[in-house]
Amino acid sequence: METLERILSQHPFFKELGVDYMQLVTGCASNVRFEQDQFVFREGAEANQFYLIREGRVALQLFSPERGHITIETLGEGDILGWSWLIPPYSWHFDAKALDLTRAIALDGKCLRRKCEDDHHLGYELLKRFSHIMGQRLESTRLQLLDLYGVRS
Amino acid sequence: MSTPRMYRIEPDALNELIQSLRQQNYTVIGPTPRGAAIVLDEITSTSQLPIGKTDEQAPAQYRLKERGDDAMFAFSAGPHSWKRYLFPPVLKLFSSRKNGEGFQISEELPSSDHEEKYALLGVRACDLSAIQIQDKVFGGGTYQDPAYVRVRNQAFIIAVNCTRAGGTCFCSSVRTGPRARVGFDLAMSEVLDSEHYFIVEVGTDRGENVISTVTSRAAEDGEVEKAEHLIRAAAQSTGRSLEPDNTREILYQNSDHPRWDTVAARCLSCANCTMVCPTCFCATVEDTTDLAGTSADRIRKWDSCFTLDFSYIHGGSVRPSSKARYRHWITHKLASWVDQFGTIGCVGCGRCITWCPVGIDITEEFRVIRETYLMKRGTSPNKE
Amino acid sequence: MVPRPYIVKRIRKDTVDTFTLELGPKDGRSHFSSAPGQFNMIYIYGVGEVPISICGDPSNSTLVHTTRAVGSVTKAMSKLRRGDIVGIRGPFGTSWPVEQARTRDVVVVAGGIGLPPLRPALYHLLAHRDAYGKVVLLYGTRTPDDILFKEELENWRARFDLEVFVTVDRGTPGWRGNVGVVTTLITKAGFDPTNTIAMIVGPEVMMRFTALELMKRGVKAEAIYVSMERNMKCGIGLCGHCQFGPLFTCKDGPVFRYDQIKDLLVKWEI
Repeated sequence: METLERILSQHPFFKELGVDYMQLVTGCASNVRFEQDQFVFREGAEANQFYLIREGRVALQLFSPERGHITIETLGEGDILGWSWLIPPYSWHFDAKALDLTRAIALDGKCLRRKCEDDHHLGYELLKRFSHIMGQRLESTRLQLLDLYGVRS
Repeated sequence: MSTPRMYRIEPDALNELIQSLRQQNYTVIGPTPRGAAIVLDEITSTSQLPIGKTDEQAPAQYRLKERGDDAMFAFSAGPHSWKRYLFPPVLKLFSSRKNGEGFQISEELPSSDHEEKYALLGVRACDLSAIQIQDKVFGGGTYQDPAYVRVRNQAFIIAVNCTRAGGTCFCSSVRTGPRARVGFDLAMSEVLDSEHYFIVEVGTDRGENVISTVTSRAAEDGEVEKAEHLIRAAAQSTGRSLEPDNTREILYQNSDHPRWDTVAARCLSCANCTMVCPTCFCATVEDTTDLAGTSADRIRKWDSCFTLDFSYIHGGSVRPSSKARYRHWITHKLASWVDQFGTIGCVGCGRCITWCPVGIDITEEFRVIRETYLMKRGTSPNKE
Repeated sequence: MVPRPYIVKRIRKDTVDTFTLELGPKDGRSHFSSAPGQFNMIYIYGVGEVPISICGDPSNSTLVHTTRAVGSVTKAMSKLRRGDIVGIRGPFGTSWPVEQARTRDVVVVAGGIGLPPLRPALYHLLAHRDAYGKVVLLYGTRTPDDILFKEELENWRARFDLEVFVTVDRGTPGWRGNVGVVTTLITKAGFDPTNTIAMIVGPEVMMRFTALELMKRGVKAEAIYVSMERNMKCGIGLCGHCQFGPLFTCKDGPVFRYDQIKDLLVKWEI
């Protein structure tokens, strides 16, 4: 538990969260590991966790009948994976598959959700951090959409 | 050459001058009336000059009128400028011929000494400045245009000081005239009252040699003063002005000025302004082959930043709107030119104003932007 | 200026629309000398000229150009065969700051067809490896099928003194590499932002966002260099076409220091 707290508090995502909240968050954390090609979560399943990737890579994917598994984005060491636990209906919209052996810290989203309802201050702190990540992902996705390297005719 | 030598010559001696130059194998280029305008072309005697003609110029207007006298230079800049000869509208750069699997390139060079030997008669002070500006463009950088340098070094220049202000020009405010100061072999001022003569100032030894071949005498002070008086009067009766200071700040800081939309609503992107402007130098190259493909020529042609093609790169133009193209032209002419060549590119000849079909006035457009710049800086236009 | 004849020694198709030409001087004489980042005007008999970055190893005498077939000249170029003759004028333009980068970390970011102009810089850095700190290559393309110089990238990645990250905008079935825009790689690369020179080539939007991301990480605008592209006819600053604000892309560029042009980059239709 002690080691987990140190790792979490050193990550930019949890910076300046405060000692009390850090303890609370650590209380909801655990080490997890995914083998290569193991799914971290599947589209449609209940979203009850989010992950801080410590090692390895995870591909966010969608399956379509004509095209098979399409990778939309890959995340790696230091990235935060998953925000659907925070936003209703709390279910995953994508598949996430470990491309390599992946170690991560899983945080109990269900538990944190309850705590955020009780303590709005905590809720605001977490939402602030997640909206920053979502903003970054949105910007990157928009750049991907532009298809900048495509040939204009 | 310490003090300028001033001569007086009669109109007949001007003809002698033309013949003397022709005997030295110069092709004399001068103003001549053609149709409804005064253009530049080869002349062989003074009879081909626009004798007794003057022009009335205004935005989008050009008319020739008869004066009823014998004045030979009583008009202002016409649609042609001297870049027609120094920087020809169409020029073959090289031709390549197929040989075996490859090709052989041969550079185009003049076939004789005489081919590019021009005497330019009647260069106004503004146009003289324009020539000096193009000297910097084509001859002053790391890469020079050998064709320009070749023609230019041989060119004999006879400037003519303006003794009457044109309808659209503004040389005094941009400090390029009406008096020609440097860069000429000879400079003439026409005096026509009870007498008709020219005061000729010698600018180079070459000029001295040529003037010594014609009938002349030293000019008297009173005669010189008469010419000076006319030149001063011309300077004072100019109808417009353009303040050439701080153009970079004024234009670079106002790329989003609403005035650009106003002028864009009028501008047809017809490119007339760039064609008549004596300093515009943009050119394109065309590679053409004959039908059999045995020879291919590379031709340089005048181009204009007003065309959509001008800024085209794979898939689109960088400046698709005419607003951006007008803004580019005036910003280049008045501001970027300073960063590129050390002076503004406008000499105040007024041609772009006269020949714009909708009469867009560069001095007016710049004045509006300049006022915004001054207001933002807290100074009123009247004070500066 | 008249083009010098060069012979096509080899032509190779890289992707669906990209190909590489290897040229040698027809008279067999001169070793072509250029600085990384410069370009040539390539003349195709009877068709025209086009500016293409030099993308080979500067220490090698073979002249290499990789380009996409998009216009009349490049399409004609793509049909050349061994032994055909082309005309070369150049090298022209400014070059990458390989001297200023000495003792510093170097981050090279290439987007799409932006890798060829950076290749000579990478060769130079690797040939003088001791003179530089960490060297990182970040390369983003549209799809895995558009990745250029695959073998070379794999060789580079195998070196212990060079980090290579590749990503694509969209994956293809079976692709196990990174997916996402190239800016997302910046956080993965290890370099000291206070002591780094960055060189970026790609579409203008990509260069803007990459520079932004680098600056967010602490790299100063004066330490970032980009390569611009504009319509060129003469390549030597006389025809006016390549103007970018008051700058001539052919002689004041194509390599520009970011702080000197960042205000121009966000002006529309400049």
